Amino acid sequence: MTRDAADRIEAYAGRPDQLIRALQLAQDEFGYVSEKTQQRVADALGVSIGRVHGVVTFYHLFRTRPPGRHTIRLCLGTACHVLGADRILAALEEELRISVGETTEDGLFSLEVVRCLGTCSLAPVMMIDEDVHGRLTPEKVRRALRHYAGRRETPR
Amino acid sequence: MSQREVLVCSGTACRSAGALDVHARLAAAIEAAGLADEVILTETGCAGPCARGPIVRILPDDVLYVQVTPEDGEEIVREHLCKGHVVRRLLWSEEEDSPSAIPFFAHQRKSVLAHSGAIDPERIGAYELRGGYTALKRALEAMTPEEIVEEILASGLRGRGGAGFPTGRKWRFTLDAPERPKYVVCNADEGDPGAFMDRALLEGDPHAVIEGMAIAARAIGAERGFIYVRAEYPLAISRLRGALVQARDRGWLGRDVLGTGFDFDIELRIGAGAFVCGEETALLASIEGRRGVPRPRPPFPAQSGLYGRPTLINNVETLANVPVVLRDGAKAYASVGTKSSKGTKVFALAGQIRNTGLVEVPIGTTLRELVFDIGGGVPEGRQLKAIQIGGPSGGCLPADLLDVPIDYESLTEHGAIMGSGGVIVLDDTACMVSVARFFLDFTASESCGKCLPCRVGIPTMRDILVRITEGAGVPEDLDRLQELARLVKSSALCGLGQTAPNPVLTTLRYFEDEYRTHIEDRICPSGVCAALAQTFTIDAEACKACGKCAAVCPTGAAHGTPGELYAIDEDLCVRCGACFMACPFDAVIRGAKS
Repeated sequence: MTRDAADRIEAYAGRPDQLIRALQLAQDEFGYVSEKTQQRVADALGVSIGRVHGVVTFYHLFRTRPPGRHTIRLCLGTACHVLGADRILAALEEELRISVGETTEDGLFSLEVVRCLGTCSLAPVMMIDEDVHGRLTPEKVRRALRHYAGRRETPR
Repeated sequence: MSQREVLVCSGTACRSAGALDVHARLAAAIEAAGLADEVILTETGCAGPCARGPIVRILPDDVLYVQVTPEDGEEIVREHLCKGHVVRRLLWSEEEDSPSAIPFFAHQRKSVLAHSGAIDPERIGAYELRGGYTALKRALEAMTPEEIVEEILASGLRGRGGAGFPTGRKWRFTLDAPERPKYVVCNADEGDPGAFMDRALLEGDPHAVIEGMAIAARAIGAERGFIYVRAEYPLAISRLRGALVQARDRGWLGRDVLGTGFDFDIELRIGAGAFVCGEETALLASIEGRRGVPRPRPPFPAQSGLYGRPTLINNVETLANVPVVLRDGAKAYASVGTKSSKGTKVFALAGQIRNTGLVEVPIGTTLRELVFDIGGGVPEGRQLKAIQIGGPSGGCLPADLLDVPIDYESLTEHGAIMGSGGVIVLDDTACMVSVARFFLDFTASESCGKCLPCRVGIPTMRDILVRITEGAGVPEDLDRLQELARLVKSSALCGLGQTAPNPVLTTLRYFEDEYRTHIEDRICPSGVCAALAQTFTIDAEACKACGKCAAVCPTGAAHGTPGELYAIDEDLCVRCGACFMACPFDAVIRGAKS
């Protein structure tokens, strides 16, 4: 953990109300919250590991396994559903050769589904990292994936 | 020449369509043309017509350009800004320059959304210039807490998050609670699939929400506030962060605001992805750093909320209405709307509709005006089938209820709810049983598991729906669904469970035939349920060999010779039903899969 992230988590010592925030900071740092990280957060805030684990497993956005370099979040909200999100999911799974919840072998992409991204006017829609890709077709999915796969950059 | 303002919508939808590139190109072209001193270029929040993005608006000319590309941006500078010629090919329709003449805008009444799409949300000065924070000033300098609460009560404002509880009464209860300290919480955990009003408000006009919270805090006597915003909205979070810093710098938040002795500050709390946290007691648990599990009420948060203290929870749109009430006065506010539902409501239009986007109408507007006059109706060649309103807690209303006015009571009477304002339009390609199944999939996976009716009842209902869509439904299923729906509705702990059966109940109420066709005929009329894929054959006696079936068939399965006979090759047939729709002689026979 970088000094900065560790300091920010330490700053929440004795603040159990900041448990979710502390876990978010840890996840921003590592991309996921391992058991070791959960223990560290528990110690820092002075709460039980059971409570930390309870929170991690309750909220969808916490991951307990390392994600790929890019996280794909496909929206399965109502508008996306009626406009064919299932076809987009099939295209993603076929192109990446993984199922929802998995990471590609080269560690480049993780595939997740979310309930609604609140960008229904662009349905069907997905986010890759923080970028929104809308009005998807299977062809646009393939183009987007190639674009990210071709980018040279260091992991977050 | 007077100074012009060029507004570039950079809401999430327009960004995704390339608005930031358009902005960059406009900036460069304005600079190159030597117009930097005469033209103000502004990035705004959502302007509304998301389907037509990126949107560029020129003031004071009041010209709206749609679907603008970076190259178009250069043309706008060259032609419009330099020569004063409107670029007609970029208008919404070639006849109309002014947005106010376009039906999409003409039928709206923008009050809460007045700033979104019109000002730079990252500059507090732009908000102040438009009368921002004058309502807070009035509340602090000229009103007692009692008077503020009375004003909100008199306005008739009701909660915009779903249930429609009178806002003033909530404020009254919290004001009357004796314990200290008290808290104000803004519920920005907009989780309903199909809803993006709060997102747009936070992105487009964050100060309106902050001002509303500060007024609420003054009214009930709170010193601390929290905005609980979902993590899925990164742009909204960053705009809020910036807005809070600016509001503190300008002295609207912090110690001794305006020298009136009023202390108030706001903390941002970011959700971690749990739909149930939109429920107020679950949201409070989440702010306290716990699992977002609801608890029984009473006690209501007004008596015992955050950390067991009196807490006022309002949603984003409700709070954004508060400055409007205080600025215009309760009487003016209450002049809009219906007898029991005052003011305007923001709706998010999505699904199978032409003008997807964000709109605001007086409460009491009919569904027809919303979907057709503003929304432009369903795409060409399709028929409107249903309007899903209110998300997983709401219902599906059929096309023959288009003249129902949108207000809290009318929608509830017909089995839907106002909800947060998500409107998903469904055309004749939608299967209503699948839609009901979709919502129960959602609520089943988002149930926190604390109470049995929700934890077990919803999945049981879902399993019945799965069975029906997979072709294994039995006639008794309909009664079972009704019975389970009644049970869950009456006995679940929180709003999530109590309203989860609504999509099932409304589809059963208005589309029972479609359920029966699935169960008794083993047919999904819209062809959505793959297991109920139909077979198509041609009745040789009825066939007049006109060839219309072959003309529409996408795969060449329908074939034959004009004047003789046509047939459908089952191996090539993709069961789209196009031939069935096209045949003028009812010669195409639709059957269930054997």
